[in-house]
Amino acid sequence: MKKLLAMGVIGLFAATANVALADEDAELVVDGQAFVTKLDAPADSPLSEILSGWRFRNDETQELQTDDFENPAMIFAEYGEELWETADGADGKSCADCHGDAAESMKGLRASMPKWHDGKKTLFALEDHINWSREEHQKAKPWKWESQEMLAMTAYIGLQSRGMPVKVKVDGPAADWWKRGEELYYTRVGQLDMSCAHCHENNYGNMIRADHLSQGQINGFPVYRLKWQGMGSIHRRFKGCMDNIRATPFKRGSDEFTALELYLASRGEGLSVETPALRN
Amino acid sequence: MRIAVTTVLALMLGVSGVSAETVKPADVKIVDGAVAQALTDKPGDPEKGRQWVMGRKLGNCLACHVNSDMADQPYHGEVGPPLDGVAGRWTAAELRAIVVNSKEALSPETIMPGFYREAGLNRVAKKFAGKTVLTAQQVEDVIAYLMTLKEE
Repeated sequence: MKKLLAMGVIGLFAATANVALADEDAELVVDGQAFVTKLDAPADSPLSEILSGWRFRNDETQELQTDDFENPAMIFAEYGEELWETADGADGKSCADCHGDAAESMKGLRASMPKWHDGKKTLFALEDHINWSREEHQKAKPWKWESQEMLAMTAYIGLQSRGMPVKVKVDGPAADWWKRGEELYYTRVGQLDMSCAHCHENNYGNMIRADHLSQGQINGFPVYRLKWQGMGSIHRRFKGCMDNIRATPFKRGSDEFTALELYLASRGEGLSVETPALRN
Repeated sequence: MRIAVTTVLALMLGVSGVSAETVKPADVKIVDGAVAQALTDKPGDPEKGRQWVMGRKLGNCLACHVNSDMADQPYHGEVGPPLDGVAGRWTAAELRAIVVNSKEALSPETIMPGFYREAGLNRVAKKFAGKTVLTAQQVEDVIAYLMTLKEE
């Protein structure tokens, strides 16, 4: 009887740990710094309110992100800092040799990505920017999109914008990319024949099996995802969604994913950058 | 000669057996939100249908719909309406149309996948290309099961 009771209690605990939804009024504060995780959407937004993915996670996951010593994503940012200081490539230069203190030189960059690049005449995700600089300034080989080095560097550079509001440029040469992103957002794909909007615009807040559907905001990326037991890029998350609906995903770093990234960033304007965040 | 032709015909019917009686996805006609005729000549099995509704690899209906008949299963979704009492709200022919292609049966805007449909899809993963989510027989099994859900 005692054993049975204990099992019942464990069972109950396991169930609540997985499905328990967060306190709706919880606010994200890290080291005394308050983050905007919820705001009213502007009149032209398809959303009525803008909500960070943090608000859709359970209490335990939310809690982990409030403490940099507990947040496993911070280990990647620390590795990024190491890489920042380390010479690489034929020119034997480190990022710091040209850019100095990242806290100064990289401040605000994550909040404004993706961004049009005048030299290359294309839209750059943060990963593109890093690889461009590696080739141009260090004569170093590009990092793979999902490599530990790239994730560490995007986490470290992103950290320098932490707490700043997302604000991307969607006019000028970026306008066509934004349009393409919007089109992709509303296009049904895969055998299950769904668009991003079906889950993340029309059904956020609802459960789909054990998953609590969010708005798919990207203000925390790269994130440490408990399901991955590791760090992942925005484009990796896009790919995961497309796999789930049995679609052929676009490639990481493809024009399609970068366009979608711009469109999503614009839908989340005003949210604080949470990089590097923690998600389920 | 006549005998030979008859034999060949009989042989063809014999060989095609089951498939001759299975309606292909492209041939399913939804009329006024209903598919009156069963997709196969073998009656649906509600017990099997219950498995397809529950199974994550097949119908996975629980991903989006609450179903009290499966209260022992964790994680029922909230995206679609509950399945409780579905047999009282729809006829078998209507449910068949909804399961086959809800975009045609219900609304072009619905999130619900078409479970017996292969045309008009974009970027389907290779593994699933040209395949339907459920087979014709599985659709019939699911309908047979749904028709047992009479209680609200």
